Amino acid sequence: MSQPATAYEVVIGLEVHAQVATASKMFCPCPATYAGAAPNTHVCPICLGMPGVLPVMNRDAVEKTLLFALALGCTIPHDSKFDRKNYPYPDLMKGYQISQYDMPFSVNGHLDVDLPDGTVKRVGVTRVHLEEDTAMLRHESGAGGERYSVVDVNRAGSPLMEIVSEPDMRSPEEARRYLEMLREILRYTGVSRANMEEGNFRCDANISLRRFGAPQYGTKVEIKNMNSFRSVQMALEYEVRRQSEMLDRGEQITQETRGWLEAERRTVSQRSKEQAHDYRYFPEPDLPPVRPAAAWIEQLRVTVPELPQTKRHRFVEQYGLSAYDANLLSTPRARAEFFEQTIAIAGAARAKQVSNWLLGDIARLQNAHGQEFEHITIAPAQVAELIDLVERRVLNSTTAKAVLERIYTSGGSPTAAASDLGLVSAPAAGLDALLATVIAANPRAVTDFRGGKANAVQALVGAVMRETRGTADAAQVRELLLEKLARD
Amino acid sequence: MSLSREEVLHIAQLARIGLTDADVQKFQEQLSHILDQFAALRRIDTTGVPPTTFALPLENVWREDIVQPSLPVEDVLANAPAREGDFIRVRRVLE
Ligand SMILES: [Zn+2]
Repeated sequence: MSQPATAYEVVIGLEVHAQVATASKMFCPCPATYAGAAPNTHVCPICLGMPGVLPVMNRDAVEKTLLFALALGCTIPHDSKFDRKNYPYPDLMKGYQISQYDMPFSVNGHLDVDLPDGTVKRVGVTRVHLEEDTAMLRHESGAGGERYSVVDVNRAGSPLMEIVSEPDMRSPEEARRYLEMLREILRYTGVSRANMEEGNFRCDANISLRRFGAPQYGTKVEIKNMNSFRSVQMALEYEVRRQSEMLDRGEQITQETRGWLEAERRTVSQRSKEQAHDYRYFPEPDLPPVRPAAAWIEQLRVTVPELPQTKRHRFVEQYGLSAYDANLLSTPRARAEFFEQTIAIAGAARAKQVSNWLLGDIARLQNAHGQEFEHITIAPAQVAELIDLVERRVLNSTTAKAVLERIYTSGGSPTAAASDLGLVSAPAAGLDALLATVIAANPRAVTDFRGGKANAVQALVGAVMRETRGTADAAQVRELLLEKLARD
Repeated sequence: MSLSREEVLHIAQLARIGLTDADVQKFQEQLSHILDQFAALRRIDTTGVPPTTFALPLENVWREDIVQPSLPVEDVLANAPAREGDFIRVRRVLE
């Protein structure tokens, strides 16, 4: 959906929460996975907020946050700490959330967002910090109409990374692209599963409008409850319309939090009566400061993988792929790596064939088997061998597909699979005899051909293909037939 | 330093504590007294002293990312004000 031209400039900033992919929680050894777990089974005195317990930081969660911050080009301050963010709500067992306030793990990063028109927009990243997730609430109505909530503490204390952008985005579409690319990097670095539907990637948006050229930002509205990239874009588009219409009528925008109602395709005011947030942050007295050693940061810096965006550009340049194919091949990371591992065996000259197999038949099989690329049951060496067999014309495009299916489900080498399936082309000597037989058996076609009907050779090719049950390479058969007919 | 009645009520609201008029008066005095102590600290010249955020000479205290058994669900729910199945049941906070 495109935006109608308006007199207002749209200003958007995003706040993303991503669950850090650790085995245990942020400050206690309970399992950090909550999806599918029976309620309140991943809970201990620490995440339950019992008196007298002591939280201890999960080093892996800190390391992954630092790695991700480095991938976004952030600066890592040499001194950081956790703070208590105080608010009483049933999703907080302790009455406060351990978060980071004025000394976060990282600041001043950026993300270069590729826009559909081919331009690149740099979006500033204010900070990336770490905090603990809250418990899950479900709101219920009893038989007598009484309303209450039920609490599952499993999620409480899971490590949650907060990524705050600068208000640098100028359209809902830019916001969506930023989110898509942020998710790519989260997955590439292995820092988060970053799946919005699973709830481990969440986004809140701040949006304001101002007249073009106005020096000050307009009043900003915060939008919550968006459950997909599509709903983020739709909610922002809705807000652009709502706020422009209000401004057109000379009305004031109220600073407030609004919730996106997916079914009704609109936002509604939430908690407008509530006073401004007053969290009374103070340093967490149970957690010593974090002062990452320079050597640790440098060691992490070199482990930041080549990011998908860089890879895409390199694939185009180095292997002559189209931008479209390079884009598809660059994610997930396992596929990009599979591509280059195959090329390491098959040679860069076959990059296009490798790309075609990966994006075509292999992708199709992968979908049919409902497999993520990470768990694919085929190896680069097998694909390289398959390409080699096709190139040497041992297999044609049809038989190669059959061989791929066989090795995909049963493993083994393509050569062995082709032989098992009886798909290996007839050996050249046998083929020669067969051609002679076919020529002898089709005098009419031969006469037609010699009489100048070039197409008549197709009848002979067809006859050979039938005799070999399709295993012969049709182009090769045609070539050999032409040779033979010219000689005899 | 003296806290106003409104300030005490605001803090009580943040903490979700209901106060009687007598409570408000009592806490006005007590909290003001605490602030006086900090006012005394503030008079100390701290020029050149770097701010501290933690009282002990510790930094970078971690645990490795290893899962250990959680509590049995009956223990988790033992102190819950009410339960529904294996969930904790609470009053609804938002409308
Ligand atoms: Zn725990």
